[in-house]
Amino acid sequence: MHTLNYTLIVVGIGSALLGIISGALGTYAVLRRQSLLGDAISHAALPGIALAFLLTGSKTPLILVFGAAMAGWVGTLLILSIVKLTRIKYDSALGLVLSTFFGFGLVLHTLIQRNGNANQAGLDTFLFGQAASLLERDVLTIGILGGIALLIMSLFWKELKLLVFDEGFATSIGLPVRALDILLTSLLTVAIVLGLQAVGAVLMSAMLVAPAVAARQWTDRLGHMVLIAALFGAIAGVSGTVLSSSASRLPTGPTIVLCATLFVGFSFALAPNRGLVWHWVRHRRDKEHLKLAASRSVKEIWKRKELTRLQSTPTDKYISKK
Amino acid sequence: MTNEINEIKAIEVTDLTVAYQEKPVLWDIDLDVPPGVLLAIVGPNGAGKTTLIKAILGLVRPAAGRVLIYDKPYPLQRRIVGYVPQRGSVDWDFPTNVLDVVMMGRYGSLGWFRRPGKAERELAMNALEKVGMQAYADRQISQLSGGQQQRVFLARALVQDATVYLMDEPFQGVDATTERAIVALLQELRAKGKTVVVVHHALQTVTDYFDWVMLLNIRRIASGPVEEMFTPDNLRQTYGGRVAFMKN
Repeated sequence: MHTLNYTLIVVGIGSALLGIISGALGTYAVLRRQSLLGDAISHAALPGIALAFLLTGSKTPLILVFGAAMAGWVGTLLILSIVKLTRIKYDSALGLVLSTFFGFGLVLHTLIQRNGNANQAGLDTFLFGQAASLLERDVLTIGILGGIALLIMSLFWKELKLLVFDEGFATSIGLPVRALDILLTSLLTVAIVLGLQAVGAVLMSAMLVAPAVAARQWTDRLGHMVLIAALFGAIAGVSGTVLSSSASRLPTGPTIVLCATLFVGFSFALAPNRGLVWHWVRHRRDKEHLKLAASRSVKEIWKRKELTRLQSTPTDKYISKK
Repeated sequence: MTNEINEIKAIEVTDLTVAYQEKPVLWDIDLDVPPGVLLAIVGPNGAGKTTLIKAILGLVRPAAGRVLIYDKPYPLQRRIVGYVPQRGSVDWDFPTNVLDVVMMGRYGSLGWFRRPGKAERELAMNALEKVGMQAYADRQISQLSGGQQQRVFLARALVQDATVYLMDEPFQGVDATTERAIVALLQELRAKGKTVVVVHHALQTVTDYFDWVMLLNIRRIASGPVEEMFTPDNLRQTYGGRVAFMKN
């Protein structure tokens, strides 16, 4: 009993941290319309994990995360150079790199499993994620690397904000836009590869996008949006983990993502100002007001016409008589 | 000595050529802008007006040529240059408010890691007052009309406290009242000895608003004082003879 609780606590903390990191950094991805880039990076990271394992034979989280980050980074670089050097458009380049890297990753995984290495168990959690497999050292890695990523984000707060809002103006005042762009993408990569073990490559991008999209419905300030997205991410992470560990054989990644999606639906429906219910109520109210105003003004016009008729008729007669 | 001082130019563009994928958008442009003028850049769509502004600001890399601001390359003169981009170049649904956008004009002088504080807030409020938007300081930017967005961008440039201003279509999508307010502001800047370069679309207002003009259509057709250069002949050259509404 005691050990079970302890495991659940470790896993819960790990998922909460992941939610915070991916929620906060995902905000930038959503605002820059780079949600798909997150998807490409997470898929591209898969062969990196397999290669890191093949080369070192170790499953130390730091090594696997490093491999994933390298592969994700190479994938991103490849996307950018394809766009720059060929006439292939951004979305096609994304699809190309995403599927090629992912396919390569799957092949490597199959190879590793065929080899029957006793140590290979657990590598396939990177596909669909298994938060239950998070150990204390994994959580420590997530906490430290994620903490550094968030710290960098807050250090470069105003620069990153300006980069996302108005890149041209940022360049004109001398910000190194290229470098900041690379920095932001690297932070995104860190968030993604940290989440791979718990959420999996296939669905990781949803962890970046869903909390941020939900948070956008509740606020009009970037700072608040980052905080709310982090909070939603954390709650989704914890509730997803708890749900998947209480029901038998529910995969964690999809459960976490479903929880995050619930937040999106809830926010779209109920958030003030932007929510659908709010819109509907306001629409109804405006319509009523309009109707009222319209009927009033119609009455008013009639009254005036009547009045002018009454006033003008005798005068006209009087004038015409004269 | 005195002669030389008189010849200092606010902006000096020499042999500037810019190409996008081997197609020239600006060809061999020379432009001298003396300090303290209000200059309109006019020309048809695709003439390279925006590109010229961006090339001066170093936002696009020229294939050839040189740009000097007060005798030095732009990277050394950033602090004395203010920029108003096209309103449509940003996503106005970005989660922030008016005051915050205006304070972005101070980021250049603030430098790394420092956040805007009370001084920046005050400067921003002053600038908002100048464009008649102080009541909108806390307004979310997605709720602004086109003219209000334009004035917010103008206020952001004002807090840059520059000597040279480059503005890309500040009258675009603006109603008549706002246009008059913006013109008054530009003329006030010129009265203070600042140099203002404006990408402009409406030919009929050039003589009223500006004292200098540049006619551009990939090549420079003419540039200089409005009364000398804004001639039917030059306009015909710029627009290819389709300026029927110009009756000079």
